[in-house]
Parts: sequence; structure tokens; C-alpha cells
Amino acid sequence: MLSLQEPPERKLRVATVSLSGCFGCHMSFLDMDENLLDLFELVEFDRSPLTDIKHCGPCDIGLIEGGVCNSENVHVLREFRNNCRTLIALGACAVNGGLPALRNGLDVREVLREAYFEQLGVVSNTIPNDVELPLLLDKVHPINEVVFVDYFIPGCPPSGDAIFKFLTDLVAGRTPRLDYPQMRFD
Amino acid sequence: MENTFIIDGMPIPFEPGQNVLQAALAAGIFIPHLCFYPGLKPNGNCKLCTVIINGRHVSACTTLANSGIEVANNTPELNNKRRLMLQMLFVSGNHFCPGCEKSGNCQLQALAYDLEMMTPHFNHFFPKRTIDASHPEAFLDMNRCITCGLCVQASGEVDKKNIFALSGRGMASHVVINTPSGKLGDSDFAMSDKAARVCPVGAILPKRRGYAIPIGERRYDELPISSQTEFLTTRET
Amino acid sequence: MSHVNSSVGGVLEPILDRYARNPHHLMQILRETQERLDFIPEWAVDYLAEALALARVHIQAVIDFYAFFYDSPRGKYRVLFSDNVTDRMQGNTALLSRMLSKFALDQGQVSSDGLVSIDTTSCTGMCDQGPALLVNNYPVTQLSSQRIDQICELIKAQTPLVEWPSEFFNVEDNILRRDVLLSTEMASSQALKRAIELGREGMLAEMKASEFRGRGGAGFTTAVKWEACKNAPGETRYVVCNADEGEPGTFKDRVLLASFAERVFEGMTIAGYVIGASKGLVYLRAEYRFMLEKLHAICDARRKANLLGKDILGQKGFDFDIEIHMGAGAYVCGEETALIESLEGKPGRPRIRPPFPATHGYLGQPTVVNNVETMAQTTLIAQNGGAWYHGMGTNLSTGTKLLSIAGDCDRPGIYEYTFGVRIDKILEDCGARNAMAVQVGGASGTCLARHEFGRKIAFEDVPTSGAFMIFGNNRDMFEVARNFMHFFKHESCGFCTPCRVGTTLMSDILDKIASGKGTHYEMNELSRVHQLLRTTSHCGLGQSAGRPVYDTLQKFRPSYDRRLKHKDFEPAFDLDDALASAREIMERDDVSAHLGTES
Repeated sequence: MLSLQEPPERKLRVATVSLSGCFGCHMSFLDMDENLLDLFELVEFDRSPLTDIKHCGPCDIGLIEGGVCNSENVHVLREFRNNCRTLIALGACAVNGGLPALRNGLDVREVLREAYFEQLGVVSNTIPNDVELPLLLDKVHPINEVVFVDYFIPGCPPSGDAIFKFLTDLVAGRTPRLDYPQMRFD
Repeated sequence: MENTFIIDGMPIPFEPGQNVLQAALAAGIFIPHLCFYPGLKPNGNCKLCTVIINGRHVSACTTLANSGIEVANNTPELNNKRRLMLQMLFVSGNHFCPGCEKSGNCQLQALAYDLEMMTPHFNHFFPKRTIDASHPEAFLDMNRCITCGLCVQASGEVDKKNIFALSGRGMASHVVINTPSGKLGDSDFAMSDKAARVCPVGAILPKRRGYAIPIGERRYDELPISSQTEFLTTRET
Repeated sequence: MSHVNSSVGGVLEPILDRYARNPHHLMQILRETQERLDFIPEWAVDYLAEALALARVHIQAVIDFYAFFYDSPRGKYRVLFSDNVTDRMQGNTALLSRMLSKFALDQGQVSSDGLVSIDTTSCTGMCDQGPALLVNNYPVTQLSSQRIDQICELIKAQTPLVEWPSEFFNVEDNILRRDVLLSTEMASSQALKRAIELGREGMLAEMKASEFRGRGGAGFTTAVKWEACKNAPGETRYVVCNADEGEPGTFKDRVLLASFAERVFEGMTIAGYVIGASKGLVYLRAEYRFMLEKLHAICDARRKANLLGKDILGQKGFDFDIEIHMGAGAYVCGEETALIESLEGKPGRPRIRPPFPATHGYLGQPTVVNNVETMAQTTLIAQNGGAWYHGMGTNLSTGTKLLSIAGDCDRPGIYEYTFGVRIDKILEDCGARNAMAVQVGGASGTCLARHEFGRKIAFEDVPTSGAFMIFGNNRDMFEVARNFMHFFKHESCGFCTPCRVGTTLMSDILDKIASGKGTHYEMNELSRVHQLLRTTSHCGLGQSAGRPVYDTLQKFRPSYDRRLKHKDFEPAFDLDDALASAREIMERDDVSAHLGTES
């Protein structure tokens, strides 16, 4: 029995990113508090806001926060899908588009006009169009509408406990399940 | 035994005239449901309460309890189907829980928690729906409407006002308001109406109340809906 | 336009009077209103709400539910191309494009001068003489490029329909094989007189002896239905004839009503006699509007001959009359309880069953609902007796069945066979030499592949309401299934969750596969959604909606497989297209303003 509780031979490599999200899910990840120490026994990090590695290498697990709202999101999401054996949608926006998807009832032109011309306090009279800037998709999509996604952790954000429970289940080879109070869409 | 039937091997007593769902809830057995509400005529459209009796899938809310029938309810097969139906409801409307006052008290959400719906799964329809803020006390957000028809029934059967009706067909089915303008503000709707309290989702909500109950104390925060059969029987808080 | 000047009451009052201001006749009142005004304007809704003491919103809901009611102008000429798969095979798509380009219109658009709108509609029941269209609800058959060009000229010249060449509106019977029903002579009243001689119980006994099963598709024993209705407590009873022949590929009821209406009405009268009803209602699908006047005339003649009305054939107290109600474009109304809702002037949403119509039907009263062919066959049983009838067909399926044969064959039309006939015999008779598949029973029926052509038409083997669509070697069965799935999505009433959402999901998945974006992921999804629809839908529409997909997946899998990408997943939408608006707004077209698909 004891051997089963030992950490895996090598640490699992995890990458995380926030696409069209608010970094709230990443904050929640940090909210794991002392559980982080237990988690770090099991995993190490590749590309992530925690490491500042710019591109994702081969990983066991990819955690995606945020929906897909622009062309850069698509590139990053594809990079993760190509490199991560298991891809997880982390939080409401990745799962169903979340609050950014509230714009889906509106035309992109209206959205940009509102943001760059009509908003109180905005003084510019142009929509930025530098080639460095990613273009908006006409709708915000959950990540599973763009690539295949293996697992979903709902919540806005999912609690640190929920993320910890899910990841430790996964690492141990159990089908991940959230306890009732961890199961939240808000 | 007389006036007893079986759900998943458990004997359930019933009173003649009760449907399978009512009898189950009264006996503390949960069957998922959205479009059934105590005191209103069952109409059987959400299909969440689908159970198997004699090998046939039927709606528990529109099937009369009968001595000796054997009902399959809490089975992986049925719960998979119910989860699929919940996913259909989520993707066919615009359900963004973090921005909804009903979150934590929402029956659709509670069922999704209980049946462990981790993702809406299908491609979202992102339909264009209307919001009606014309009434002084209430607003209607059709983004969240699941066309269960409870407001239609409550307004007709209990309030005797007939303010709501279902119109359209297929995916274009939607609730309409019985005023020349089509606006709720031009009706005699009041927050004291039964119709104001039966919506299982956040489509009919009071104005000027925002997130009044702290997270953790809302109806479905701690206790799954499947453990609240007594509440579901009476709906009195 | 003249109607703007006509006074409100001037238009509506005669219509309201004709229907005695009875709100249950709302469908008929709306139809006639639209026939006068080309659409149903708001002022008419207000006026009718007042006159019929109905909630305004109720009238609005009815207009909204039925495809052929319009609450906004749809053009003086409203052209609807029948879009069954047989019309597609006959080339309707090219003809539709031709007509759209002649008027420079998009599908569904109304021309800016309010002259014309062009769109598609579900099968209009002209599969043996398609492609077909409806113009202001009147069918034009045997379309060709030339005929389309002529129609365009007539519309441009604003020629009234009555002045169009009459051959445009020819609807042929095309009866190509007759058995007892289509060959036996019947003088008016002959069957009815015999039924009266037998007496109510006697006639019912003959029906029982015949073991006749309803011809609408489900095959319920007709005598059982009649007896249940006869014995059900109620103030009054009704006979309803289901002439809402909406199943794609079916047109045999059209032929029965066109040439054998006497038998149909007489069958209804016999049913009324047996169950003790004094009123019969025919629910005629909107696509068959062209027959209405003729059917009314036949009823009038029967009234004059004392075959309808009071004390029929001198039988004291045997009162029975027939009303004809028109539908307004809703396939779901073929379901008997949805049909009854529609007869009552409501949207056609199927009721919860039980109770069944035999005890709680039209206006809550005991009601027998039978298909057109059932009513017609009843007269044969009256004429010749139940034992005679029982001698035909198979043990479990007695008598004869009309088949509507269309698709890839030399001789499409109506064929009458005794039950038990083999599929390959039928194919031989109609000249189908290279059949690869047959869709029996319409979109909701069974798709049979060549190895099953030895099977038999019978309730116990291959049941059918009458449709028999043949697909030759060169046909693409994936596209056949996709056509049917779009049909079900369009016709779902929206009442229950699985059908309302599931028909859209399945259509979308098939569209994704058609666009070359499908993978094996979608194949699993199709099966999963179909299983849900089949088991949990409220009525037969949803339960059978996924069936054509399921059948073709089993039997014509390569037609799906060859469209699939060999990868795990592909988005349903085109990512680069999704950037198009932003490119335009930001005036960008550089490399980074585009998204390629991934290899």
C-alpha cells in the first residue's frame, strides 16, 4: 500500500495559461495555499504565468483559463493542445465562454465602437490596428469548440480546493470528481 | 401491497391521483425535474424526470402512480440521459451563472451540480434573446428561459391573469407577453404573483435586488437538490 | 395595394360570420384572412382578438406556430419550392436558384416592391410529379427551366393565378396498380346502406372480424379504437379524418381525396354511425388547399342526397355532418393529439397521452381519429364483410395498402398491394432497376438496403404509412439523411427538450460533416443524441427524427466515412472566416490577420 502513496517516478509537467480570462482562475490556483506544497511534490511547471516560460514544451497536463476571443488565443490554445497529453478547461470562461461571451449577441463592429469611441473617458478616435495586435473573432468560444478538451473544471473561479482535488485525482489515476461544495458554476 | 409501488427496489406509498414524481418526492426519493411545480398541472416538457416503467421511458410527472408498477430512476443510464438534456438546455440558451442573480438558487444549475455536469459539451448556439426591463418591479431575461411554461401556467391557473404565453415553434419557441406592446410593463404583473416565483431559472427576477444572499447560504450551496425533497414537495421556504 | 383601403370590418366580418365567431375555427379564420390580405396584419389580430374573445397573444402564438401564416408581408406572390429529397433528386435546387436570380432575390427575402418572395417548404406531396412548388398555396407540378421562366414572366406581369395556364396546376393521380380498394365500384351510399342494415353492433362486428389496422402508420386495430370511443362516457362524439399527409414522400391520401372522396366521406359517416357521433371533421393539410372547393361540393351533394345531415337515409336520429378544416403547414399535426389541438384553434403541440382521443379528444370528448385511407377501406369492409376482408393480406396485416412510390424508378405513382408484398416485387413493378436503398414510411420510416429487399410490407415486418422512396446506385445516402434531419429540425414543435434541441444538434453535426469538418468524434455524437431522442422525446416526431441517420449509419457508412477528416477533432466553424469582420474594421489583411487550419 505504501508504495502507491509515493510520488510518481518523475514529476508531471504542467503548463498553464490564461486566454480570454481575468486571471481569476490562476489566483484561485495560488489560493490552494499549503496544498501548493503538496502539489509541487507531484508536478513541475512549464509555460505558465508562474514561470514566465514563453512557449509550451511537451507536457503531461495543460490548464487553460479563459475562452477563445481572438487569433492569438487560437495560436496559444493550439500550442497547448499539440504539446499537452491532457488538456483541461479551467473555469467558466474556458468551459462556456463565460462573461466575455456576453458580447456574442453583438456585432464585433459595435463592440469595438463602444470600447474605443463611446466609452466614458475615451479620448481616442481610432480603433488600434497595429499588426502586432490580434484580431477579434466574431464570437467568444469555449475552448472545446476549437480543440479537443479532455477535462473540465467549472467555476468562476473554481476554488483552490476544487483545483487541488481535481489534479490530485488525475495524477493518482482516479477519474477526477469534485465534492459537492466544490462543484460551482459561479 | 395496496397503494404502493417500487422505485429502484424501494417500496413507495402513494395516494390515488398522485403522479410518480409527486409520490417519490413525498417519500423522500428524488427524481430530477424542472417543469414540475407543486400545485400546478404537470405538463411534461422538460423530460428531466424521465424514468423507465415496464421497459418504456415515461415522464414521472405525467404518469399516475399505480399499485405494483416498478420504476427505474437513479440509474447510470437515465442519469446520463438527464445530463445530456441539461447540456442541451445550457447550450441552447445563454446561461452565464456568474452574472446571474439566481445563481445558487437556480434549479437548472442545481441539477447540473447534482448530476455532475462538468461541461455543456455541445457547441453553444449563442441565440439572440431579449431582455425586458419595462416593469417597475421585475425584469425578464429571455437569455435564460428554458420554455418550461411554468410562468404561463401559474399566471393562468393561479393568478388568473394570463400574462404569459408560449409562441413560435422548434428552437424559435419563446415566451411572449399578453399586452399589445408585448412588454411586461404594460401588464398587471406583480411580484406577488405566483408567476413571479415559479421560474426554475433566472428568467424572471425582481429588480433592485443583487446577490442578497451570501455565497454559502444559498439554497443549493451546501446541500444538493437531491437531498431537498421536502422543499421540492411544498416549495415553501 | 387595395386592402389598405378596405375597411377593417369589411374584410373580416364576412369571414367571422362564416365561422359563427367560433374561436375553435381560428385556423380557418386566419387562413381566409390571409387569403384576402396576403398576410395577417396587426390590426387584424386586434380585431379578431376582440371579436373572438381570445387573448391577442393566443392569436399571435397560432400565427407564429404555423409555417404558412405570416404576420408580415411576404409578397403578393409567395413561392415555396417543395424541398423533399425527391424534389432534390428531380433538380429543384437549380430551379430555385434560377428563379431567385431572375428576381435578384435571396431565399426567404421579399422583393422590395412587395411583389414576390421565394423560399422552400417541406414535402408538398407531389413526389411523383415533381419538382413542385406552391404559389399562394396552390401547387405547380412538373417544373422545368422553361416552366420556371414562364412563372417568372407571369409574376412580373402580375397576372392573377386564375389566368395562369391551367396545365401548370395539373395534379395527376398516377394510379398504376389497382387492387380491391381502387378497382371496386361503389355507388354513393352503397356501403353506408349496408352498414345501416348491419346495425351499429353488426358493423362493429364486421370491423372486428376484418382485424383491420389503421393505415396512418402505427397500425392500431381500428375496431378497438371505435369500440373504446363508442363506450367512453361523453356528451358528444367526433370522427376526425386525418388528411394531414405530411410524411415526406407520401401522396396516396391526396389521390384518395382527389378521386375517391366519396369513399372517404362515406367511411367517416359509417364510423360516425358506429360510435354515435354527429360530427365529422376532416383535417386537410394546407398543401392540399387546391382540393377544398371540390371536397365542399362533394359534401354538399351528399347532403342533398341525405347521406349527410339529419336522419340520414331515413334513419331517425342518425345525424352526421362533415366539416373540412385546413392546416397551415405543420408536420407535427399529423400526430393525432397535435391535430386535435390544431382543430381547436391552437398551436399543434402534442398532448400528454393517456388520456387518448378515444376518451378525451376534440373538445375533451370521445373522438376517433383515422387516416384517410382507413376511412376509405372501411367502406370495403361494409360492402363485402369482415371475413372477406380478412382473407386478404397476412395474418397480422389484413387487406391492401396504398403505396406512394417516388424516386429513382420509371413509373412513380400510386400502387395498391395486398399486405405481404416483397420489396423487390414492388421495385420490379415500378421499374426501379438500380435501387440501392428504399426509404419506406417516409423520413420517420425505415431505410432498407439491397440485402433487405426480400422483406415484406406488413406491420409485422416493414410497416409504412405509404411512402416508398427509391434511391438508385448513384445517390448519396448521407445527403438523403441530412435532408430528412433538416426537415425534422424545421418541424419540431419545440415542446420537449430532447426534440427541440436534439434535432438542431443533429442537423448541425450533419452540416459540419457535409462541410468537410467532420471527424469520428461527430459520428459518436450522432449516435448518442439519436438514442436520447428515440427514448425520451414526447411524441413520434422526436422519437423517429434520428432514425434516418441511424439507419444510414448502419447501412451506408462509407457515405459518411469518406467525408471525415482523419484526425481527432475539428472545429465546426471556420476560424479564418470568424476573423473577417475584424479584418474589415481594422483594415488588415497581413499574414497575422489570418488563421489557417491546422494540419
